Amino acid sequence: MVTDAAIFEAVGEVADPEVPVLTIADLGVLRGVRHEGDDVVVTITPTYSGCPAMDLIRHEVELTLRSLNVDGRVETVLSPAWTTDWMTEAGKTKLTEYGIAPPSSTGPVLLQLSIRCPLCGSPDTSELSRFGSTSCKSLWRCNSCREPFDHFKAI
Amino acid sequence: MNDLLEYTLRLGDDALIAAQRTGEWIAAAPQLEEDVALGNIALDQLGQARSLLQYAGSLDGRTEDELAYFRDEREFLNLQLCELPNGDFAFAMARLLYFATYQHLLYDELRSGADETLAGVAGKAVKEVAYHVDHATQWVLRLGDGTEESHRRMQAALEALWPYTAEMFASDDLVRRLSVAVDPSTLQDEWTNRVLAVIDQSTCERPSSSYQHSGGRSGRHTEHMGFLLAELQHVARSHPGATW
Repeated sequence: MVTDAAIFEAVGEVADPEVPVLTIADLGVLRGVRHEGDDVVVTITPTYSGCPAMDLIRHEVELTLRSLNVDGRVETVLSPAWTTDWMTEAGKTKLTEYGIAPPSSTGPVLLQLSIRCPLCGSPDTSELSRFGSTSCKSLWRCNSCREPFDHFKAI
Repeated sequence: MNDLLEYTLRLGDDALIAAQRTGEWIAAAPQLEEDVALGNIALDQLGQARSLLQYAGSLDGRTEDELAYFRDEREFLNLQLCELPNGDFAFAMARLLYFATYQHLLYDELRSGADETLAGVAGKAVKEVAYHVDHATQWVLRLGDGTEESHRRMQAALEALWPYTAEMFASDDLVRRLSVAVDPSTLQDEWTNRVLAVIDQSTCERPSSSYQHSGGRSGRHTEHMGFLLAELQHVARSHPGATW
């Protein structure tokens, strides 16, 4: 029998279709794997209520289960609500390398720390729009190298 | 219809019809960033609608699609505020300010409510809606405190929509009976404080109309609702059972 941990590791490799540099394990979208009798149940949670990537992620997870010869299903859970704090440190590093500024932590401090340009590293940046190319991102510009870039919003 | 189903449909229909109107702005907004912003906001609203309609459907054996596409006008329980035609951009931002501020207060209460599914949906949605409030606030301030023309339009929009705001806070037997529901009348004072603070800062006058419309919660809608549903539903009804 394939262990839950092995299944978690395998389905955790499914990439986010919108930000393919991240896996669903990096994002914290993959919440858990458990056995119910002989069936495996994989739980995932959306980043945003309307995230259009969820259907594809669910499909990819099902394909991965099939490739492991495991009978199972995928459940979507909303609670506890996803937060960017669940993104792994490895995920944040990959995001920066990909050209997207990672989310800062959502702790109790409401002070907006400056977002570093993922391209040149300058902290001198400004927000162009609070909404970006996907629900989870906002649009920024670096005042130093003048390049626009995406920022993964902290929620 | 059981109480929980009816209550969930109210919330879901608000989100669905708001999403439809917000989505109409895509490719028609005054600038590209605004197309993207309104597209994102509509997507959040649609996501909330899907979660709520899935839950409503699970209570009486229907799918989210059956609820969205195969109910007629009188079966929709959304606020009239959500269904009014878009008008100009100031109108869109006034509506978003009124509606998102209401949704934010509502979801914030609902997320600690006793119904696990509603609390889960609200816990996610409250974070999204905070962005909507923020976006609408920025625009109301910018337009109200902008040029003579933008001020005139912002003022007109705030005024035109005001008569549709009391419906959000109307209490009735259902919300008093259903323990997991939030009685919306408890949200009105805080809503009024927040909205009037934005209006004051925008240099607009506080709306003065005292007449208030009602009826959406019992399926009575404005004349615009039928046209909205025709557009929303016609593909699904022309090709019943089609999947893509």
